[in-house]
Amino acid sequence: MTINRRGFIGTGAAAAATLSAPVVFAAGHGKPRVVVVGGGAGGATAARYIAKDSKGEIDVTLIEPTRMYYTCFFSNLYLGGFKEMDDLGHSYGTLAAGGVNVVHDWAVGVDRDAKTVALAGGGSLPYDKLILSPGIDFVDGAVEGWDLSAQNAMPHAYKGGSQTELLKAQIAAMPAGGTFAMVAPPNPYRCPPGPYERVSMVAHYLKANNPTAKIIVADPKPKFSKQALFQEGWADHYDGMVDWIGEDFGGGDVSVDPSAMTVTIDGEETKVDVCNVIPAMKAGRIAELAGVTDGNWAPVNAADMSTKADADVHVLGDASQQGDMPKSGFSANSQAKVCANAVRGALTGSKVFPAKFSNTCWSLIATNDGVKVGATYEATVEKIAKVDGFISATGESADLRKATYEESEGWYAGITSDMFG
Amino acid sequence: MIRQLPTLLAFAALFAGGAAFSEELGDAEKGADAFGQCKACHQIGDGAENRIGPQLNGIFGRPAGSVEGVKYSRSMLRMGDDGLIWTYDTLDAYLENPKALVSKTRMNFRGVKNNEERANLLAFLRAYSDNPSDIPEAEPTATGTDHDLDPAILAIQGDPEYGEYLASECTTCHQSDGDNDGIPGVTGWPTEDFVVAMHAYKRKIRPHPVMQMMAGRLSDEEIAALAAYFRDLD
Repeated sequence: MTINRRGFIGTGAAAAATLSAPVVFAAGHGKPRVVVVGGGAGGATAARYIAKDSKGEIDVTLIEPTRMYYTCFFSNLYLGGFKEMDDLGHSYGTLAAGGVNVVHDWAVGVDRDAKTVALAGGGSLPYDKLILSPGIDFVDGAVEGWDLSAQNAMPHAYKGGSQTELLKAQIAAMPAGGTFAMVAPPNPYRCPPGPYERVSMVAHYLKANNPTAKIIVADPKPKFSKQALFQEGWADHYDGMVDWIGEDFGGGDVSVDPSAMTVTIDGEETKVDVCNVIPAMKAGRIAELAGVTDGNWAPVNAADMSTKADADVHVLGDASQQGDMPKSGFSANSQAKVCANAVRGALTGSKVFPAKFSNTCWSLIATNDGVKVGATYEATVEKIAKVDGFISATGESADLRKATYEESEGWYAGITSDMFG
Repeated sequence: MIRQLPTLLAFAALFAGGAAFSEELGDAEKGADAFGQCKACHQIGDGAENRIGPQLNGIFGRPAGSVEGVKYSRSMLRMGDDGLIWTYDTLDAYLENPKALVSKTRMNFRGVKNNEERANLLAFLRAYSDNPSDIPEAEPTATGTDHDLDPAILAIQGDPEYGEYLASECTTCHQSDGDNDGIPGVTGWPTEDFVVAMHAYKRKIRPHPVMQMMAGRLSDEEIAALAAYFRDLD
């Protein structure tokens, strides 16, 4: 990943200050400072809620390299032709207007003793509380033959934006009767139903545009999220198109050759036209640089999302290791509000309410065929623990599935408005 | 004043339509039954008040979005400004598919697709509009809050500050500006309606699995706090 874009927007004095140096609201005014790294479902939400609820008592700075955020959630619907890329893009203007100092730069280091965050553009930002919500990066060497330099030949498309567009272009360019392969990730990973919703959306596109094409999925897992619902849907809508090879059939024994465009599953080499490699994941790199990770993820305390390593550094969303919640935008948004409430309480003495978490993941299988899974969670001493849950049933009526899809669209409008204002 | 002219026009149209039209009018008694699906949000008849939606006495001839004290969607207010008057035809279209007529209406209702049922419903509604000064004793008096909830639960005064924190869990799906895109807006509801609805989810009388789960773990005080917060949210 290269550092190729940086810039700043802000309001009033903040914008003027950034012209001379990227250190924003330096010492002297006495206000507590929160720095948030990563402007996705966790970070944008946390920044917005702290700024909104503290009513100017806390300086909030959000560091996010991109000026336009493309959600990873709903990106499969773009692949299926149900959404345009523009539908998935969100700017940070409303957050800035709401009092968040938005700095478009990369955070490249954290000095936890000095309590500063270093920026790629030079300079550093001091913090009293640091919130890291960097999402995911990929584990090196997770899929034999693949590394980030191969992501144009074999896209992961597991971060929203250009990778998603690339994958869609490759699918559209498949020859008649061609083969789409997916290398699915091992647990834990971002958006558990995501790869299988993607299979559904690719199948939907191919059924209409390339009906003799095939889909192969090599999966290192013996089972997956919403499996019965997806497999029922694949049989109903895309009969014979999808070949899912789970762990029991060698789905975990995979290598790829991006230059030859071949995939070898359990010793059998196949020439493919598109290969979507979704490698094993780990916390976004800044969490590791901050020294708050243990293995691939950052362990956190459930009550306030502070890290086990440092009470003044919080980690939200996919990057955190918190217990029972799936890695999802909904989860990150939910955790962000608990964290925002706790951080505000610690810095201003405002009332801290007990932590409550929830998550729902909707998936689209075909036109108007939506399903969902969800749960509520509570904070225990050890972890975020599941309280109650539900999942769509197989064999539901078409009306219910349509209502579920419409509900997912409502959720998208709701969460993006909750994140970005 | 404004109300008079369109009413007259509507009736003029009605009579001009003659016998053929009157044969299409539905059965108001059956319409009273059909109104059951409206009662969660609307009252009609003697003493009807605004609830989640406006009271419906005198709906025929009324400009859209014109009842004072009701939180309407921007779409509905715009339609009113643009001159939408509730007549037999416009109500018929609205009830068949609310969002086809008023795209972002807060009325989260799929519509009545059956023509006969809709005609019956309109006949029932019209009985409370023909002569608004002489509204018949509502039998049944249709109220929006039929329930058996303990009055002690309804009497709990919610803490809006706690409600604001708890509400952050709701606004992941329910937009804080009350917009209604596939998920209903919940702002500006009367406290009683909010509390009754949440307890109906908690007790699994209302069917939605996400809401049953979310409401299921809320205490009576927490539901009251949410009701207090959302009531005043614009």
